[in-house]
Amino acid sequence: MADFEPRIVAFLCHWCTYTGADLAGTTRQQYPPNIRVIHLMCSGAVDSIYVLKALIDGADGVLLGGCHPGDCHYQTGNYKARRRVAILKGILNQMGFTEDRIWLKWISASEGKLFADTVTKMTNDLKKMGPNPMKQLWNA
Amino acid sequence: MAKQTVLKVSGGRTEETIKGFLKSLLEKGVVEAILIPKRLPSGDGFAQTLIHDPEKMDGACILSLTMPVQSAKVASNLSIKNLNKKVAAVLKACEIRAIVELAKFLQVKLENLIVVGVDCPGTFEVTDYAKMVQEGKESGKLEAEMLKEMEKRGPMAPQGYAFRPACQMCEYPVPKADIHIKLFGYKTEEEVGLEIGDKLEKELEEKGLLSASGNEPSSRKEVVDRVVAEKVKKRDAAFQEFSGGVKDLQSFLDRFSTCIRCHNCMVACPICYCKECVFRTAIFEHEGDQFLRWADRKGGIRMPTDTLIFHLIRMTHMVTSCIGCGLCDSACPSRLPVATLFRSVGDKIQKMFNYVPGRDVNEVPPVATFKEDELKIESGAI
Repeated sequence: MADFEPRIVAFLCHWCTYTGADLAGTTRQQYPPNIRVIHLMCSGAVDSIYVLKALIDGADGVLLGGCHPGDCHYQTGNYKARRRVAILKGILNQMGFTEDRIWLKWISASEGKLFADTVTKMTNDLKKMGPNPMKQLWNA
Repeated sequence: MAKQTVLKVSGGRTEETIKGFLKSLLEKGVVEAILIPKRLPSGDGFAQTLIHDPEKMDGACILSLTMPVQSAKVASNLSIKNLNKKVAAVLKACEIRAIVELAKFLQVKLENLIVVGVDCPGTFEVTDYAKMVQEGKESGKLEAEMLKEMEKRGPMAPQGYAFRPACQMCEYPVPKADIHIKLFGYKTEEEVGLEIGDKLEKELEEKGLLSASGNEPSSRKEVVDRVVAEKVKKRDAAFQEFSGGVKDLQSFLDRFSTCIRCHNCMVACPICYCKECVFRTAIFEHEGDQFLRWADRKGGIRMPTDTLIFHLIRMTHMVTSCIGCGLCDSACPSRLPVATLFRSVGDKIQKMFNYVPGRDVNEVPPVATFKEDELKIESGAI
């Protein structure tokens, strides 16, 4: 397990977290290269199907990044995303799948350090958790 | 304020009296047609029927003990486009609750629909009911027995049979309707309760349709409470059994391993209303090399694929509004306890938002709204 490198699929909103990730780069923050970023216009544009497909098809974790509550560029997208994530986590929890593999995080465009720290912490947590069991199941 | 009254039963012919009342709605022009289950000519089942001619009410049934289709879907088809005249629909409590949900999703128009709800004794699987009739329970006899039993307690299933699992654990046997026919706690060979909602009260009084008067028997509340308490107990036990059996994802998948991904639960579900279902789009038409990549990575994959994602996504779509009619159970060719799964999962999610599907048409479904200050689910405190 020592050499297990988790793979994180990140859905980042254009206005805050993606820009925050940009800032992490331009300010030369260091963070693990375990993340694969998918750029969306809003966290509210993330359908549960994207998250599940990523998890079933081989991701060890999924990170959803959006603007802080009240800061959504489209006013309410992140609030809707939050409800969807809560429902999805609630369902997965009852299926015996640990919901801790799905992270919802509010990171603004100015929080490059927070973005780097989040990816670092998530990578470390997933390393401890081990590979996602879903990706190896023949019937999942 | 809704009007409480009774229907006086003459000659112990309870069903005939209630039907007579409904017939008068047609005759006096209160409604243009009535949607009501009618006994099949073979006698061993029922089918929803839209009746315009009052003379064709023969064979219609106030208590229909099977649920071949979710009539909320029928009501949706009926009302959604150009229904310009009033139609009364005799429905079961869970069908009415499904209608409430569908109305929120703009799939039912309530303005010309008069919902007639009857206290529900529960229903049997279609095949079980047919067998009962073949085994000598003359059609109608079973219903008459159940009507009598509703005075003192919930009706019992005949020896060797059981109500549908969803009915056994249904805590809403009493419907909310524009016209509510009350059976629990009434001496049904003498009278049944009638509650008329605001929508109709004035019109029915003017047309002289509410001649009798009478109050609820004092025992009604007690009987209803007892029936509901029993069902809640069964429900909680079923939830407990379900969650106790799920230790991890593998144990869950093992339990549902006979699912053949036929999509029947989805087709039967009244809440699954999308015209174009995501599972029938190109998203799930994978290319040959995609299948091979999966097989390569896992060594082998179950075909057809996408069973787990089907159930998970379907749940994200419907659990908040799952009214627990259990038609998914009845539709499952593998006899999987899907209704218990959806209800059990739904229960926790609905509680998260303090939402009861089918409770009130003015409530907004959880996925269509939000509160600014709720759900502290942000991950990874640093």
